[in-house]
Amino acid sequence: MGERLVELEVLRYHPETDKEPRFQRYSVSCREEWVVLDALNHIKEAIDPTLSYRWSCHMAVCGSCGMMIDGEPKLACKAFLRDYQSVIRVEPLAHFPIERDLVTVIDDFMAKLARVKPYLIPKDAKTVEEGEYRQTPAELKRFKQYTLCINCMLCYAACPEYGLIPKYIGPAAIALAHRYNQDSRDGGRDQRQEEIAATEGAWDCSFVGACSEVCPEHVDPAAAIQQVKIKSMVDWYTEHLMPWLKK
Amino acid sequence: MAEKVSGKPYVRPITSEWIFRHPRYLRYMVRELSCLFIGAYTLLMVWGLKQLADGPEAWRGFLECLQSPASVVFHVLALAFALYHSVTWFNLTPKALPLQLGEEFVPDGVIAGAHFAGWAAVSLAVLYFAGAF
Repeated sequence: MGERLVELEVLRYHPETDKEPRFQRYSVSCREEWVVLDALNHIKEAIDPTLSYRWSCHMAVCGSCGMMIDGEPKLACKAFLRDYQSVIRVEPLAHFPIERDLVTVIDDFMAKLARVKPYLIPKDAKTVEEGEYRQTPAELKRFKQYTLCINCMLCYAACPEYGLIPKYIGPAAIALAHRYNQDSRDGGRDQRQEEIAATEGAWDCSFVGACSEVCPEHVDPAAAIQQVKIKSMVDWYTEHLMPWLKK
Repeated sequence: MAEKVSGKPYVRPITSEWIFRHPRYLRYMVRELSCLFIGAYTLLMVWGLKQLADGPEAWRGFLECLQSPASVVFHVLALAFALYHSVTWFNLTPKALPLQLGEEFVPDGVIAGAHFAGWAAVSLAVLYFAGAF
């Protein structure tokens, strides 16, 4: 198994002592098959135990280890060292405040996620005795890709609109709202539209498309946002031009 | 309930540097910029219509104006940007207009292709009515 020396330039920030973040360089002897997260774990164990970062599953499922690797939002557990030059720049996810080192403050995203009600609001509430909410394979396929979102926030770090307009609800939250709006069992669309059909919702998106390009789970939030725009436009015309069609 | 961390989070300033962070942002900015040329060309058309309404003399002046080197340069640029604008937007249509037939989604190429075919048909119709054939 081959080993090579990799230089990691990691953005450090200690709120107790630092006025602003600074880069710290670590030389790490890495195995060929390592990902950036392995290198960070090695630094934490053998070189500098003060380094802080989030991680959990090491298999691109939990969505905790999102960070900027050479300027691109990536999951550190999915970024193989062999795909990079010998000096790799590691920074916290862009557009989020830095709590400490590579750990960001994600309260804004969590609050936005809650606002769009990303859970099933049944059309006709049933008791357990009445059985399950059934769905055909075609109805499932209609929204299935959006269920793969792991809330890693790479799309927020890639989205310049979110960087420039912090009030923008953003790609993942809108995609998840759209996921439930597209669900044949759901009846909560009107409640979610209040958030996602607003200016701070889908209309702040100018279709850069970066969110979909960086998604590690191949979800297409950009597509969801454009579909929300079309649906909210149809809603508006229906309400203003053909009010009798409105239930 | 976890205890709230009482740090002093550092907010990084947003600069225009993001445009150059990845080629995708530059491509996006070029697409956004293309609308200026589309808008300018539309104004030129409106001006042309006005000259046409003002009579043969004004119309001849407009046609001569179009032949100036600056006008030729503008038209070449506007054509390039209009093509970029149209091609990039048509390629994005499958995202905004997915079509599910039965269980399967219609392939992206078919949806974008239908838009390109419509574009070609309208262009041919315009050329036909303009007497190009």
